[in-house]
Amino acid sequence: NYPNNPQLSSTVSLTSARAVPLAGHVGFDSMPDQLVNKSVNHGFCFNILCVGETGLGKSTLMDTLFNTKFEGEPTQHNQPGVTLKSNTYELQESNVRLKLTVVNTVGFGDQINKEDSYKSIVEFIDAQFEAYLQEELKIKRTLHSYHDTRIHACLYFIAPTGHSLKSLDLVTMKKLDSKVNIIPIVAKSDAISKSELAKFKIKITSELVSNGVQIYQFPTDDESVAEINSTMNSHLPFAVVGSTEEVKIGNKMVKARQYPWGTVQVENENHCDFVKLREMLIRVNMEDLREQTHTRHYELYRRCKLEEMGFKDTDPDSKPFSLQETYEAKRNEFMGELQKKEEEMRQMFVQRVKEKEAELKEAEKELHEKFDRLKKLHQDEKKKLEDKKKSLDDELNMFKQKKTAAELLQNQAQQAGGSTTLKRDKERKK
Amino acid sequence: MSESTKPHHPNPQGKGEKTHGSDFSYVGIDAILEQMRRKAMKQGFELNIMVVGQSGLGKSTLMNTLFKSKVSRKSVQPNPEERIPKTIEIKSISHDIEEKGVRMKLTVIDTPGFGDQINNENCWQPIMKFINDQYEAYLQEEININRKKRIPDSRVHCCIYFIPPTGHCLRPLDVEFMRRLSKVVNIVPVIAKADTLTLEERDYFKQTIREELRANGIDVYPQKEFDEDADDRMINDKIREMIPFAVVGSDQEYQVNGKKILGRKTKWGTIEVENIAHCEFAYLRDLLIRTHMQNIKDITGSIHYETYRVRRLNESNGSWGDRRFRHAGLPRLGEMANSNSK
Repeated sequence: NYPNNPQLSSTVSLTSARAVPLAGHVGFDSMPDQLVNKSVNHGFCFNILCVGETGLGKSTLMDTLFNTKFEGEPTQHNQPGVTLKSNTYELQESNVRLKLTVVNTVGFGDQINKEDSYKSIVEFIDAQFEAYLQEELKIKRTLHSYHDTRIHACLYFIAPTGHSLKSLDLVTMKKLDSKVNIIPIVAKSDAISKSELAKFKIKITSELVSNGVQIYQFPTDDESVAEINSTMNSHLPFAVVGSTEEVKIGNKMVKARQYPWGTVQVENENHCDFVKLREMLIRVNMEDLREQTHTRHYELYRRCKLEEMGFKDTDPDSKPFSLQETYEAKRNEFMGELQKKEEEMRQMFVQRVKEKEAELKEAEKELHEKFDRLKKLHQDEKKKLEDKKKSLDDELNMFKQKKTAAELLQNQAQQAGGSTTLKRDKERKK
Repeated sequence: MSESTKPHHPNPQGKGEKTHGSDFSYVGIDAILEQMRRKAMKQGFELNIMVVGQSGLGKSTLMNTLFKSKVSRKSVQPNPEERIPKTIEIKSISHDIEEKGVRMKLTVIDTPGFGDQINNENCWQPIMKFINDQYEAYLQEEININRKKRIPDSRVHCCIYFIPPTGHCLRPLDVEFMRRLSKVVNIVPVIAKADTLTLEERDYFKQTIREELRANGIDVYPQKEFDEDADDRMINDKIREMIPFAVVGSDQEYQVNGKKILGRKTKWGTIEVENIAHCEFAYLRDLLIRTHMQNIKDITGSIHYETYRVRRLNESNGSWGDRRFRHAGLPRLGEMANSNSK
C-alpha cells in the first residue's frame, strides 16, 4: 500500500514489561473507580434459572431473596410438558440498577413420563448462548448495549424428602452441569428436622460426587473472600425456607412462617440457610457467577458450536481468518455438491422423460396398429357384406327376372286359357 | 417471553449499611460494585499510549513526568551520526507500575523519526500500520475457536500528538497526520514545550489550532459524537474548550517555597510543571489518567476497534456481508440460489 519510499520501512521493537517504581502519586489508582462508575452508568444484568418441581416454593424464594413481590399466580400441576417462563425486572438499590431475569421451569416433574423433562431446559440455556454467539459473530454488532440473557446461576430445588436425590434430579443436574452454574438447594427445609437435614445433605453431596455432577464452587482464589467462600462450600446444598409474610418476634417484624408449634424465621441462621444463600448468590459472588458463565460455560458452547460447523483454528503461520477461509471453502464445497446434485436430478429427469416418451410412442404405435387392424377388419367385413349384398342383389335380380318372366308366362297362359278357365267356369256353372 | 415490570423497589434503606441480616429490607445488590472492584484489582489494568511528534519536542520527558518514572527512554543518541533515525521506528516499551494496590501494565509506544526526514510524505503510514496491526492481532485472538480467557490488549488507546510551539498555526504535516489518524485512534494533541509561549500567544495559538481542526473536520478526543449524556457533554465541552493542552515536562525536582516540585529552572524563574498557572500539564494528567482513562479505553474498544473489524470482515466477505452468520449453519438452499442469480 505504501509507495516505494525506502525511508518508510519501519522497524518495530517490543520489550516485555519490567516493574518500575513511581516517584510520586500518579493517579491511576482511580481506575477501579472509573471502571465501577462506568458499570453503574451502564447498569447490571443478572439471570437466574429456577429448576424444580411445582410447589417447591421457587417463586416465594425469589420474592424473599429480592425483597419484592414478583409475579402472578402459582402454576397448575397439569402441564403437558416442561416450559420455561422468563420474566425481567428492573430493580434498584442505592445507585445500582439491576436488570434481573428470573426463569422458571413450569411443569417440571409433573408428567407421568419425565424422560424428556430436562430437554426443554437445556434447549433454553443453549438458546441464550446461541443468541449471544450470533450477536458476537455479527459484522456490525452492538455488544455494549446487548441485553445478556445467558443464565448466570441455576438454583436447583431439591424436594425435602430427607432420603436421597430423585433420579430425575440426578439426570437433570448431570445434563446441566456443563452449561450453567448449579447451586443446589433443599427447598421447604422446614419440613425436615435438623438431624435428618444433616444426613440428607451428606447423602446428596455424596450422590452428586459419585455421579460426577459438577456443581458451582464458590471461588477461593481471592484472599478477601476465600475463607467465607470455602466455609459456605461446605454448607452446600443450602437448606432454605422462603416467606414474604412478616411475623412479630420480640419487637421486630421478621420474615417468617408461623406454625402452631413455633415460628420459622427465614433470616435466622439457626433455622435455615437462607442468609447463606443470599450472601453467596448476591452479596459475594454475583460477579463471579457472571464471569464463570461468560468465560467457561459460554466459551465451551461457542467452541463446540463452531467445531460442529466445521471450523478449526489453523496454526499461527497460516493466513489470517481461518474462520472465514474455512467457511468459504465449505461454502464452495457445498455449492459444488449442490450443483452435482442438481445435475444428477436433471439427468434423471431427462432420462425419465425419455423413457416416458418412448413408452408413449410405443403405446401410440400400438394404438395405430390396432386401429389399422380394426380398420382392415372393418373393411374386410364391409367387403364381405357388400359381396354378400351383391350376391343377394343378384339373386334378387334373378328372382325378379324369373318372377317377371313367370308372370309374363302366366299372363300369356291366362290369356290363352283364360277364357278356357272362364269357359270352364262357365261350363261348370251351366 | 420476557416482560419488564417495575415492581416496588427494595427499600434503599440499606444504602451504606452492610450489616448482614439485621437490616431486613436490604438485599445487597449494590455489593456487586465491591465485587467488581475486587476483580479489577486482581486482574490489573492495561494502558497503551503512543507519542508522536518530531524529535526534540520533549515526548519522552512528558511521559516520564506523567507517570513519575522512567517509562520512556530519550531517543537522544550520544553518537551524532545516529542522531536522526533514517527510518521511522516504532518502539514499544512496557512497564508494570503499581499504586495503592492497583496494578497497571503501561506500554509507551514511541515513534522516533516521525517528521524528521526531508521528505516526510506518507510518514504516518508506518504508524497507521502499527495501529491497525494491533487491531488485527486482537481480532485474530477474538475469532479463534480456542481463545484465551483474557485477550491481551495491545491496541493503542491514545495517541498524544506533539505540536511544535510555533505560535502561528498547524503545519501541513500536523493536519495530515491528525486528519488521518483521528479516524482510527483517539488523538490528544498537545502543544509541546509551551514555556516558550506567553499566555496571550498561547491562547491565540490554541484558538487557531481549534479552528483549523474544525475546518479540516478533525475529531480529536474527546469526540463530540461519543458523549453519552448531558453530564458527559458538559464535562467534555469544558475539556474541548481547552485543548490542545499547553504542556511542559520535566523530571527534575526543585525547591520552591519549601516544597519539592517538578520544574524547569531558568535564569528568569522556575516553571512549575504541576502549577496550572504555569502550564496545563495537570489538566492533561487528569484527563488521561485520573478521570478519562476508562473512557479512552472504552472508545478504543467499542468504536475504533469495531470500525476496523467491520471493515476487515467486509473485505474478506465479498458479496456476503452480514448474511454470513445470520443462521447457525450454512445458508439455506433458497438463499444460495438467490445469491447465485445476483
